[in-house]
Amino acid sequence: MEDDLILDNAISQNGKKEKPFVQIRGLTKKFGAITAVDNIDLDIYQGELFCLLGGSGCGKSTLLRMLAGFEFPESGSISIDGIDMSQVPAYERPTNMMFQSYALFPHMTVGENIAFGLQQDKIPKAEISDRVNDILKLVELEDYIKRRPQQLSGGQRQRVALARALVKKPKLLLLDEPLAALDKKLRKQTQFELANIQEQVGVTFIVVTHDQEEAMTLSSRMAVMDMGKFKQIGTPTEIYEFPESRFVADFIGSANIFEGKVKNSKVGHLTVSTDVGEVFINYGQSIAEGEKIWLGLRPEKIYLSKIKPKDIGPNQIKGIVEEIGYLGETSIYKVRLENGQIIDVSAPNQSRPMSRARGITWEDMVYLNWEPESAMLLTS
Amino acid sequence: MYGKRSKFLTVMVTIGMAFFYIPMILLVIYSFNYSKLVLVWGGWSTRWYKVLFESEEVWAAVNMSLKIALVNATFATILGMLAALSMVRFGKFRGRTLFGGMLVAPLVMPEVITGLSLLVMFITLKQFFGWPENRGFATITIAHITFSMAYVAVTIQARLTGMGQSLEEAAADLGAKPFKVLTSITIPRLTPALISGWLLAFTLSLDDLVIASFVSGPGANTLPVLIFSRIRLGLRPDINALATIIILVVAVCIAIAALIMFRQQKRDLLDQQLAEREK
Amino acid sequence: MNIGIKNNTNIKVEKRVSIIDRTLRRLQENWRSIVIIIPFVWLLMFFLFPFFIVAKISLAEMKIASPPFTSMVEWADGGIVTIRIVFDNFLYIINDSLYIDTYLNSVKIASTATVISLLLGYPIAYGIVRSGPVAKPILLFMVILPFWTSFLLRVYAWMGLLADQGTINSLLISLGVINEPIQMLYSEFAVYVGIVYTYLPFMILPLYANMEKLDGSLNEAAADLGSKPTNTFFKVTLPLTMPGVIAGSLLVFIPASGEYVIPDLLGGGNVQMIGRVLFNEFSRNTDWPVASAVAIAMLFLLVFPIIIFQHYQGKAAEGN
Repeated sequence: MEDDLILDNAISQNGKKEKPFVQIRGLTKKFGAITAVDNIDLDIYQGELFCLLGGSGCGKSTLLRMLAGFEFPESGSISIDGIDMSQVPAYERPTNMMFQSYALFPHMTVGENIAFGLQQDKIPKAEISDRVNDILKLVELEDYIKRRPQQLSGGQRQRVALARALVKKPKLLLLDEPLAALDKKLRKQTQFELANIQEQVGVTFIVVTHDQEEAMTLSSRMAVMDMGKFKQIGTPTEIYEFPESRFVADFIGSANIFEGKVKNSKVGHLTVSTDVGEVFINYGQSIAEGEKIWLGLRPEKIYLSKIKPKDIGPNQIKGIVEEIGYLGETSIYKVRLENGQIIDVSAPNQSRPMSRARGITWEDMVYLNWEPESAMLLTS
Repeated sequence: MYGKRSKFLTVMVTIGMAFFYIPMILLVIYSFNYSKLVLVWGGWSTRWYKVLFESEEVWAAVNMSLKIALVNATFATILGMLAALSMVRFGKFRGRTLFGGMLVAPLVMPEVITGLSLLVMFITLKQFFGWPENRGFATITIAHITFSMAYVAVTIQARLTGMGQSLEEAAADLGAKPFKVLTSITIPRLTPALISGWLLAFTLSLDDLVIASFVSGPGANTLPVLIFSRIRLGLRPDINALATIIILVVAVCIAIAALIMFRQQKRDLLDQQLAEREK
Repeated sequence: MNIGIKNNTNIKVEKRVSIIDRTLRRLQENWRSIVIIIPFVWLLMFFLFPFFIVAKISLAEMKIASPPFTSMVEWADGGIVTIRIVFDNFLYIINDSLYIDTYLNSVKIASTATVISLLLGYPIAYGIVRSGPVAKPILLFMVILPFWTSFLLRVYAWMGLLADQGTINSLLISLGVINEPIQMLYSEFAVYVGIVYTYLPFMILPLYANMEKLDGSLNEAAADLGSKPTNTFFKVTLPLTMPGVIAGSLLVFIPASGEYVIPDLLGGGNVQMIGRVLFNEFSRNTDWPVASAVAIAMLFLLVFPIIIFQHYQGKAAEGN
């Protein structure tokens, strides 16, 4: 069982043998008194779909613009495919950007918009025409070549913007909130299309988004950003199941946070005592006994039942149901524990009617427990 | 509650429009007055229009004004565009504050001061360089370009700041060098502002009296200067006729401009509908 | 031999081409400077330089000559340079009450006319904003038309209306309201009418532009919170339209205070405004030093404060 739980280190997914395609070292960017990007390091490998996730003002867009060459850092370096970008202006970089507003040229047709980038490289007309047609086929807009951007719907404009950026076969494609302007249904559909296109074309994508679901769906690897710094970098699974800090645990999905002290630390498992009970975790991290630590428990990982358990042991707590939120697919129970803390427990509504099936209603005493591998260790 | 207020507003708007147009309508009516005394009605006649068309002086002045206005509008638009680009897109450069001040000053300067200073300069130039020998077309045009370009610059500056930089960034991202970005993206997008700037400069020049009075010389009459010298002495029916023609021409031009804008709006609406349907 | 000569020519041609090449390339790299320099130099020559000359003249003495003023720098025998600067002109205009009175009169007339324009223009602008989709473009057209029509002719129109035998008097007499024509032309009243009439579009258009962009739901929110219409107007609408009010007021006040044509045509000799005084000093009395001093004084009292104001407005806008 323990073997199942030893995850691959994210970096080794791409093989440590590979040299990073994009290397960012010590990058800092200030706007007056505000530090938008604070001394960050990052490696991105070729072919990845890498997401920068964070709230507004966290610095992700600034980082993207520095990669594109629209802003220059105060200190630090960016190198793409081994070449240092410090002196390279935007129009000479091997990157192309897909803007949040799409930034399509209104006085040009779809075809002319896409051809523009190729014309700057002085590519012969015949070849330009072929490449434009090919890319339009890829985004399924061949019939729209003579239209103007004002005559296209939001989803179509987005595809033109993508086509225009991809037609130059850039080494790196930067996408700034590419799906933000689309409505929900279209967004879901486009997420998969985008991921497919990336796989087909094989270009390295860096996507900036504030939407966690988008980041989790699209990325092969992602970074959570806050206040100009990276909080955690890893695969979506790692970030969700193994957050390293309370910030990340609470930022992606939701988590109940408990404070505790390490009681027992052994190789492969440890026990933490909190003021609501003991928690036994059966995977190893070397943390000294007596250390203060936080634990995260995701609402969906907690079992709840009205039946009192036969054995008393760790990973068990009890409380009173204060609120029940019915969400259709699931129900969220807000349970007040003995120390006053209120935690969220979510359970799917597998039969109907919901609460009667489980028999749980307000003011009920419920018994909660979880698997020993479910608790997340948060070191900050 | 809002009903009561909107009645007040409707009344005000009606009064306002009446205020604007009654004098002009009277002007037009009296142009058809047979009598030489403008205000004494002598029956309907178009004789003053005939007098106008036969007046060499008037044609010469119209000719002069149109020539000056055309040259002025073109150069003022070019200079104003260069100035606006410099102020908005080029960041800080040496003398930027001075430049900005010089662009704003003509807008706030009373015309008598601008006129006076230009005349004085032309005289000084003549003293030292022998040019300009005679003040006329050249000096008036130079004077007009100088103040028109400020108006054009302000118009284009407003449009440039409103336009935002994302299209230019996109072009740079796609490999266009800064000069290319300027010529293929910025300037084409400025076209409507350039046109309205040109028209503004054209009109300002045609209408200018004070500055032209200062910097012109004998024999170089622009239309406003001619009109002014005639009306100082009193009312004249041929001036009424001239006024009517000018009002008509302006009205037609604005109507054409409005029609073009209206058609553009319709086209935009059609584009939008086309986009919506395809969803 | 032949080959040698050929080689030589080739080298010469190449050298010449490369100089052209280099200049072109340097032009290309510095194209931004060229863009800045062209209008900059024009303005320096034809805008700034004239003002220095005016300033210089204001410090000189009147002379019967062409040009009619003493020059500032005189070369005496032996190469000694004397600089004659005379502040008399400025002292003269400060002491002579004509100039101060005229200046104050100009400010009074311009500011009153501005207020009248505001009181008239504000409801008109608001009315246009509130009008229906059919009326609005027509009304805008009707406001823009006078704006583009010759300013001179619009003043002329009022000459006809206000004259003793003019339309208004004739109408009033024929209606029996009065027996004798009222003196309206060649008075301060006529000047007010003239300024308001010609400058009203300058007040309406910026106000309209500002009001059009206002969020209508703000008024609704205020009403929802219990605010009566008058209160909403003063507490919500008016403050939000302030930028338009200021822009319109400046666009009227500044040119109006320096007006020459309107006081001349509609005010006759009776209304003294500083623009006319300046023109008269310059052309009739040919006292250029005094006229220049008046011009410089006007610059300091009117223009520089405005430029500084605009500078701070621009900075505030950048801050936002």
